[in-house]
Amino acid sequence: MDLNDLYREVILDHNKSPRLFGRLEPADSAADGHNPLCGDRLHVTVRLEGDRVSDLRFDGKGCAISVASASLMCEAVKGKSRADIAHLFDEIHTVLTHHDAPVPEDLGKLAALSGVREFPVRVKCASLCWHTLNAALDHSASTVKTE
Amino acid sequence: MSANPKSLAAYDAERVRRDFPILAREVHGKPLVFLDSAASSQRPASVIEAVDAYERLHHANVHRGVHQLSQEATAMFEQARERVRRFVNAASTREVIFTRGTTESINLVAQSYARPRLKPGDEILLTALEHHANIVPWQLVAGQTGAKVRAVPMDARGVVSVDDVASHLNDRTRIVAFAQVSNALGTVLPVREITRLAHARGAVVLIDGAQAVPHQAVDLAELDCDFYAFSAHKMYGPTGIGVLVGRESLLEAMPPWQGGGDMILTVSFEKTTFNELPFKFEAGTPNISGAIGLGAAIDYIDSLGIDNIHAHEQRLLQVATEKLRRVPGLTIIGTAPDKAAVISFTLDGIHPHDLGTILDAEGVAVRTGHHCAMPVMEFFNVPATARASFACYSRESDIDALVRALGKAREVFS
Repeated sequence: MDLNDLYREVILDHNKSPRLFGRLEPADSAADGHNPLCGDRLHVTVRLEGDRVSDLRFDGKGCAISVASASLMCEAVKGKSRADIAHLFDEIHTVLTHHDAPVPEDLGKLAALSGVREFPVRVKCASLCWHTLNAALDHSASTVKTE
Repeated sequence: MSANPKSLAAYDAERVRRDFPILAREVHGKPLVFLDSAASSQRPASVIEAVDAYERLHHANVHRGVHQLSQEATAMFEQARERVRRFVNAASTREVIFTRGTTESINLVAQSYARPRLKPGDEILLTALEHHANIVPWQLVAGQTGAKVRAVPMDARGVVSVDDVASHLNDRTRIVAFAQVSNALGTVLPVREITRLAHARGAVVLIDGAQAVPHQAVDLAELDCDFYAFSAHKMYGPTGIGVLVGRESLLEAMPPWQGGGDMILTVSFEKTTFNELPFKFEAGTPNISGAIGLGAAIDYIDSLGIDNIHAHEQRLLQVATEKLRRVPGLTIIGTAPDKAAVISFTLDGIHPHDLGTILDAEGVAVRTGHHCAMPVMEFFNVPATARASFACYSRESDIDALVRALGKAREVFS
């Protein structure tokens, strides 16, 4: 168990200076995410152009893993189609939950989150933003929970 | 409550530690530094062995058989009840009910005492620092009866004042329920005064003693509350067993909470007569080995002396408070003058959850999160805290290990 594998430079940087932080107003859709275990709360707003997420923002409070993951996610999915986002979600989910899964090349900076899988109790921190984004894309009004 | 100085000087935490097999293990290649006893304490070998001996040599169902094993199991189970009675100075074993823990004890009172009595507009008075286990059962019964739940506020130190309790009591207050010691903040409440005030208004008093019983002498005859709840696993005993002590006259008047075997005298399809106290509230085969483990845990506490444990932990609290205050960016949440050995804190720029992971990598176990006290977190405007809590086996070097690990966390996030 190596802390440096969890708190990589990219993670610490995105925690300290989260990208695409804030709220879009107006937005086409929004959702709240809540991890009751650690009190993390995220709010994701998205703008859609046809099938694409043309812009998005997140805000909220959380641990370094949840904030960095949200920041990295926003950068990664901005401008992408729903299908591409779903594909990315599948990839990151596999990387987070399967100890031996190879890290796909096309994950880009999101690959920095692969160290989280050595810390099973922290996987929910990294996945909260993705579940929240999915809820926003599904136009689900309710708060998603990781519990 | 003050220990005699001679025995305090003789308190040897290193010797005490040798009674707890788990403390010898390593975590992530580092010696275990266990600072999460407020969530659940570790067990001494004597408790593990008492449970083991029961399982190997004496187990049978209690209160039923005429055969030898059943008699032995019954005797051991009932001896454990008597040990509990003596430990908290309850009036009689008829008042000592075994439950699954503090949570079940409180739910029992909410459903069996409160539910048949509460009317719309009646009030249940809690305090702002309660554990969810002393909030949610009351909200449920309030929903069932139309009663209202109110909470006495606390100040910025986490202190609940007797004056504020007095001003929240009124003629509709039926039940006053509060922790003797806050699990999230460590605050010790003025339980005698609150109980006296509540009784003067004709309200019934329940005290959640889960965080008090392991750390200070509790004398229920002196406290004079109507119900007192606690759990074995926070006092060096097994999980899944706890106690409700209730005033006999109230328990007699309460209907059973659950039905089944052991709680009846006679059953026909027309009518059932209920068993006498305390069995009326112990439906089904009880946690026999748990009760025996609890009895052994009480023996263990007695062997160290609860006043000696208290003095030892208070000294650690003082040392830890001083050392943690010197950690840059660290804020202690909960600064009541009268505290148990629990320190909740935050570290600037580092979320408690990250802190928990980094401390764990250093072998240091603390609790991070809302401590089942979300209203407390809300009050202090933090999503969560880290919490270090001490027990009879904690030592000063545990505090140094914590401080070093906090330094490591600051390095990672520098």
